[in-house]
Formats: sequence, structure tokens, C-alpha cells
Amino acid sequence: MGKLPIPEPQIMWRVALVDNSKNENPFGEVISMEHHIDDPSNDSTPKNAVETTDLSLWYGSFQALFNVNFKVKQGLVTSLIGPSGCGKSTLLRSVNRINERFGYVRTEGQVHVLGQDIYAPTVDKTQVRSQIGMVFQRPNPLPVTIRKNILFGYHLKNPGRVAASVEDELVEKSLREVLLWDDLKDKLNHSALSLSLEQQQKLCIARLLPVKPKVILMDEPCSALDPEATAAIEDLIWDLRGEYTILIVTHNMAQARRASDECAFMLMGKMVEHGKTEDIFVTPDHQQTADYIEGKFG
Amino acid sequence: MFSKTSQNVRNDRIEGRWRTLFLVMTALLILPVVIILTLLIIRGGPAITWEFISGFPIKGMTQGGIFPALMGTIFLVSLGLVFSVPLGIAAAIYLSEYASDNKLTRIINLAIINLAGVPSIVHALFGLGAFVLFMEFGTSILAASLTLAIMALPVVIVATKESLEAVPYAFREACWSLGATKWQTIRKIVLPNAVSGILTGVILEVSRTAGETAPIMFTGAAFFLPFLPESVYDQTMALSLHLFVVATQVPNVPESLPYGVALLLIMLVLLMNALSIGFRVRFRSKKKW
Ligand SMILES: Nc1ncnc2c1ncn2[C@@H]1O[C@H](COP(=O)(O)OP(=O)(O)OP(=O)(O)O)[C@@H](O)[C@H]1O
Ligand SMILES: [Mg+2]
Repeated sequence: MGKLPIPEPQIMWRVALVDNSKNENPFGEVISMEHHIDDPSNDSTPKNAVETTDLSLWYGSFQALFNVNFKVKQGLVTSLIGPSGCGKSTLLRSVNRINERFGYVRTEGQVHVLGQDIYAPTVDKTQVRSQIGMVFQRPNPLPVTIRKNILFGYHLKNPGRVAASVEDELVEKSLREVLLWDDLKDKLNHSALSLSLEQQQKLCIARLLPVKPKVILMDEPCSALDPEATAAIEDLIWDLRGEYTILIVTHNMAQARRASDECAFMLMGKMVEHGKTEDIFVTPDHQQTADYIEGKFG
Repeated sequence: MFSKTSQNVRNDRIEGRWRTLFLVMTALLILPVVIILTLLIIRGGPAITWEFISGFPIKGMTQGGIFPALMGTIFLVSLGLVFSVPLGIAAAIYLSEYASDNKLTRIINLAIINLAGVPSIVHALFGLGAFVLFMEFGTSILAASLTLAIMALPVVIVATKESLEAVPYAFREACWSLGATKWQTIRKIVLPNAVSGILTGVILEVSRTAGETAPIMFTGAAFFLPFLPESVYDQTMALSLHLFVVATQVPNVPESLPYGVALLLIMLVLLMNALSIGFRVRFRSKKKW
């Protein structure tokens, strides 16, 4: 047997690869876009980061979403409210296609993220998931070290060796963004499961950042936390606003009111009303919205 | 207000009776084990010497050691593992991580659980038909190991599935939401956290197959061989069959010999069990959920 032709390691080649991945478009297709809006409130017509068109979804024969048309503006925090079981999580989960893990889920209609149909046949769903971050109700750090948690998504997108200095920088930057760096900088190699719930939830946000997600989905991110931790996470969400588009499901009216730019109210799988948060809370168009906000049903 | 009433007194009495009943049942269960072990140690203990472990049987198996049988058991079990562990783990991963939850999957799962309960003599006859005759391996270590592997498979699958399913679903969801494929999730998160359970299951299964007699009797274990096997196509002696032989088939065996063989076999099994318990304790102390 002859020797296998192993290519000489080429430094330039590597650099080119890394460079490429930076310019790569969200889901592997060519589109042009700007997603860094410095001050979203001054932008009179922000683009839509997420747009659903006649989105319907079935769990087996049970229809959970009915023709939902919903636009989430780029760079803003949009809250999604509604009584239990109305389909908030379902809507959220169809935006990163994580619903598909159940074989019996069927979707109709379209979901566009930054202009791209994420259900198009050419779209790779791991690309969708890595660029649309998700924060869950119960903090779910992975059972590895804090450092590995933060780098997990990054390593998936950049297989092969990454210089330790690059990694260190990513870890520090991400932890600083969620205000955990000072607390955790000396225990990066401790298990993430040893952290408090608040820290765990912040870590779950931090681990999204190295892959620079376009949109972050949060499904009741504070419901497992005490009031202080809730306030801390809300502050954090407000800090991330602008750089990331955030869509957050919440049962907490006060939270929706103080921590979101826009608010959408759902009822029984339908989108009832969507507008600026102050409008929804002060002068809702629908009686149902007013009743829900006043706590007449939940 | 808080003093004993006659109802309380009656309850206490009934409570006491049930407690005693359960205690007696437990004692009855433990007693035979203790008796067997004591008997084995007293009668077989003196037989276990270095010559016994490292020597060949001599004088029509009435004297000498059991070395070829011990080695045979080790060969059979390890080769069996080589077949059953990769196959079993792969099947378990498919069934619990990939297969969609439909009727067919459920039937397969049920079938596997039932397979674990098939009597070993049935496996023995299957092995004889499939490996010795149909595939023409002859009575050989290969055929016997494959038979043991088939027998161990369902247990390996069930143990692996259970350990995989013990890894919280939230971890998988976290991985997927970060853009991991199923295989990346399994390799990086699920398997590392399930490996202790899998190992425990596998070792327990090894200790069970080490003692099996029927499946190897027809397929590769020999009554008596004065030499060690040279390839997987040779026959071999095995501890379990040797015990059966010296206890019932050979005349004029000194009483301590079968006890010694039995003690050695039990020690082998207990050692394996201890190993598996050790793993379990060690890994459990590391887990945090
Ligand atoms: N995996 C599933 N399989 C079948 N039905 C489901 C599934 N998940 C949700 N549903 C159903 O879909 C409907 C919407 O559920 P969803 O979880 O989206 O509601 P939600 O608004 O998030 O409620 P909550 O506020 O309680 O979290 C409910 O009626 C629920 O029973
Ligand atoms: Mg929900």
C-alpha cells in the first residue's frame, strides 16, 4: 500500500476557512442584511426579524395554532402573553424548529427569519437552531463545566482546533455580557450545575452569544427564579436589547409591561392583538385583551 | 387530645404484626444465601490453592486443577462481550434516541424485554442450529460465544436504554437548541452521562453469562480437554460445565473438588458484581442532578 496523500497543513487555508465562516449567511444562502441597529427606538421603521404568515400547527390531530400572522421587529423586545395552553410556547418553538423533534407535529404557513423562509427545503435546521437562540423555562445548563457550556455552540459551528486565546476571549466576553464574569472568572472549570438558578439562567443566555444569534427566544425565562433573580434577568434582557431581537413568553404581566417594547396577546391558538406595550396595556383594541390583562381570566 | 385511643392501640398491634411478617420473609430469603456461601467456603475453601487454579485436571478429572476451564470461561465470556456490547449499545441508541415513538417501535421494545426472559436452553438449541450447524462453525468457542452474545443482547439493550433514558431530556433539548445534531448530542452529552449505567449493566450481564451452562454445552464447551484452545474454532472447557461434570458425571471425585469449583465460580461472579457496584457508586457521587 502506498502512502495516503496527506496535504501539508496550510496556515492560509485555515485562515480562509475561518474568514469564510464569518461571512456565511444565516442559513447557508446568499442574502444581504444588517442586523446591528444601535438605537432601535429611533429607527422609525425597524425591519422584521421574525415574520410568520398564516402559521398553523397541529400536534397529531390537535390544532394548536390557527393562521398566526405575527411580526417581531428587529432589535426590540417583544413579549408574548396569553392564558396557559393558548400556544405561546408552540409559536416560539416553531421559530427555531425545535418542535420538530416530535414526529407528529405538522406545520403549515411560513416563518421568515430575517427575510428567509426557515421551513424552505434548502434550509438546514441545525443552522436555524444555532442562529436562533433559545432560553428555557427551567435553566438547563449542560452537565459540563461553565467554560464548556459557553463554548458548546461555538465548537459545533467551528469544528477543529480553536486557539485557546480565542476561546478565553469568547468566554470572558460572553460572561461579561451577562454580568457573570466577576463572580465566575475563578471557577470556569467548575460544573455548571453547581451554580445558583439565577446564574444558571444567565449562563444559558451567555452560551448563546458566541455564535452571535440573530434572534433569542425565551420561554418564561424567569418563572423558576425568585423576584430578585427575575429583576436581574430582566435587566439583562434590557441590556441585550438592540443588539439582539428578543421574543419572550411570560405569564407575568408586570414583567411584560416593564420589560418589553411590544406585546402580543394570544388566545386559543390565535393571535388576538399585537402592538406597542403601552398601547396594549393602556388602550387594548379587544375586550379579551383587556380582560386578560386585568386578570379576569388566566 | 393527643393521648392513645383504643383505635391507636389496635393500629399499633397490626403495624407490629406486618412488620414482623416482612422481617421474617426477608430473613428466609437471606438465609439460603448465607448457608450456601458458608457451606461452599467450609467445604471448598481448602481445595482452592494455586495449583488448583493454575493446574490441569488429572486422573480422569478427579485430581489436579481447573485452569483450562477457568480460561475457557474467560474466553467465552469475553468473546461474547465483543459481539453483544457494540451491537446492544447501537441498538439501544437507535431505539431510544432515533426511532420515532410508534407502534412498531413499541412492539420491538416489548419483544426485547420478552427475549430477556427466554430460557437459556432455548438459546442453546438456537445456537446449535444457527451457529454450529447452519453457519458451520462446528462446536467451537465462536459458536458458543455467539450463543452467549445472543442471550446477553436483550439485557444489554435494556440496561443501555434505561441509562440513556435516565439522562434528563432537558440536556438534549439544550443541545439541539444550540444547533447540535442528534449524534452530536448523543456523543457529547448523552453517552458520557449514561456510560456508568451502561457499564454496570454490562458487567452484571457478564457475571450472569459466566455461570450459564446450557447455552455452551451444545455449542462449544467440552467435557474434558487436556490442552488450551488455539483458535476460536476449537472447543474449550468451561467452569460451569466442569462443575456439572465433576459433580455428577465422574466417579470417585473427592468431595472438596466440586465445592472448590463452585466456590471459584461464585467468587468470579461476586467479583464482577462488586466491580459493577463500585462503578455505580463512583459515578453516582459525581452526578449532580
Ligand atoms: N408535545 C405536545 N403534544 C401534544 N399537544 C401539545 C404538545 N405541546 C403542547 N400541546 C398542546 O398545545 C396547546 C398549546 O400548548 P403550549 O405549550 O404552546 O401553550 P402555552 O401557551 O405555552 O401554555 P403555558 O402558558 O402553560 O406554557 C396546549 O393545548 C397543549 O396541550
Ligand atoms: Mg409554555
